[in-house]
Amino acid sequence: MDSLVAIWSGLPTDARSLILTTLAVVGVMLGVVMAVAFTTLAERKVIGYMQLRLGPNRISLFGLPILRGLAQPFADVIKLLFKEVLVPANADRKLFLLAPLIVLVPALAAWAVIPFSPEFVLADINAGLLFILALTSLGVYGVILAGWAANSKYAFLGAMRSAAQMVAYELAMGFAIVGVLMAAGSLNLGEIVRSQQGGALAWHWFWLFPLFVVYFISGVAETNRAPFDVAEGESEIVAGFHVEYSGAAFATLFALPEYANMILISALAAVMFLGGWLSPFEGYLPDAWFITQPSFFWLFLKIGGFIFIYLWIRATFPRYRYDQIMRLGWKVLIPVTLAWLAVEGVMVWFKVGPWAA
Amino acid sequence: MLTEILFYAFAAVLLGAAIGVIASRNPVHSVLFLVLCFFNSAVLWLLIEAEFLAIVLVLVYVGAVMVLFLFVVMMLDINIEKLREGFTRYAPLGALVAVIVVVEMYYVLWVKRLGMDVTGGTAPLPADYSNTAAIGEVLYTDYVYPFQLAAVVLLIAIVAAIALTMRRREGLRTQDVSRQVAVRRQDRVRLVKVEPEVEQ
Repeated sequence: MDSLVAIWSGLPTDARSLILTTLAVVGVMLGVVMAVAFTTLAERKVIGYMQLRLGPNRISLFGLPILRGLAQPFADVIKLLFKEVLVPANADRKLFLLAPLIVLVPALAAWAVIPFSPEFVLADINAGLLFILALTSLGVYGVILAGWAANSKYAFLGAMRSAAQMVAYELAMGFAIVGVLMAAGSLNLGEIVRSQQGGALAWHWFWLFPLFVVYFISGVAETNRAPFDVAEGESEIVAGFHVEYSGAAFATLFALPEYANMILISALAAVMFLGGWLSPFEGYLPDAWFITQPSFFWLFLKIGGFIFIYLWIRATFPRYRYDQIMRLGWKVLIPVTLAWLAVEGVMVWFKVGPWAA
Repeated sequence: MLTEILFYAFAAVLLGAAIGVIASRNPVHSVLFLVLCFFNSAVLWLLIEAEFLAIVLVLVYVGAVMVLFLFVVMMLDINIEKLREGFTRYAPLGALVAVIVVVEMYYVLWVKRLGMDVTGGTAPLPADYSNTAAIGEVLYTDYVYPFQLAAVVLLIAIVAAIALTMRRREGLRTQDVSRQVAVRRQDRVRLVKVEPEVEQ
């Protein structure tokens, strides 16, 4: 142990910070991947119980009966990794294999700027929100390419639907984020959290409620989740853009990024509207208690809540028709955000609510 | 030193991608090379500490404009042979443009060699310097009229594009959502009391 400490302190400062950063990045990535794995399990369990079924309940950890079903994600991963990756005969081979990576990389890279706790964020950059917007807008390339490169009509239809949908809802999402910027006065996600100090009613959801709702709805649409999952539309276009994929390519194209993006949207909604790592009881209960202290625990709880809403929506609502999706995005959500931005401008001008200072 | 290495690496990729745009046979590949170009120029902007512009370049060009571009190119049935026919005809014009660009670049380098500082200082800015705030400040004070003017021009372009492409066709069946939502049960369903037929 002592020799390890000696080696550590003997290293140059650059090398030490390099090692620490790498460890932090690997830690966050592992955390995200594990969260993805257990979100898939949670999805099947939650929807199962909502439909009066049990969900996966066979594969247990360490043979303990009480943990039955918990190892299901690992079994799924092993199964997917050992399956053959098929490339269709007339596919554009290079792009077909590149597409899953193009979806995967932005979905993971966006986590760099999420503030997990008051102390910990991988990259504390000034334009954090813009960075996330830019990265999440890249994921659509993977989807389009997956659909086009497979040289299949179903896949292509799915890709076109998905592209138009993502471009449409990105606008509503961007406008909702503009509202948060006006309230927080910063693009840095840590600053946005800090601007919401003072308990649950000081969080942005209260004054920006329409934007909060619009943001989450467009988040669901951006991730192509039910009820906006026409990109898959298994009843009309079989499974949409990923119909020709199998094995590991399917896992990296579809499963991992979709769930990672879901968790990312949940984390962003928590950071921007529900005070991130701040405690809801701050200012209402004594300061010394654990539940009034800001910590990762609160962010985790909020993300979990949003994930549950995602699954709840999926179990509840039927799929939208494509033209209805477009109408909702362009004719309902965008006008709502624009109207609320005007209201917010008036509030800023007359110094109402959080702008009173 | 590290900055120079990064600059040359990304500049090399940028040039390679730019050649790819005009050299690849498949138009979809060309569009993807163009996306790579934009991305690498964004990284070059990051290297000169213009984070806001770099991220906006990715957001606007890569995230929105090129997606629509890709969309269109994928759906078009482009005859590549026909596109290649004009190569020799347009080659002189292309060469002329290339020469002009080279001369301009040489001129800039030549002015710089005279010791005149045309690009302004490139001294590293303090860590808490916010690019976004600086741009916003300039844009909404010194340049507020040009900025508003540009916005109006863009708005006119949007209106014109919509006006040119939207036409009302006869016999089009559309749904009026507000009427659908306003429907009450009485409008659609009639409760009829039918006397049961009793078999004699």
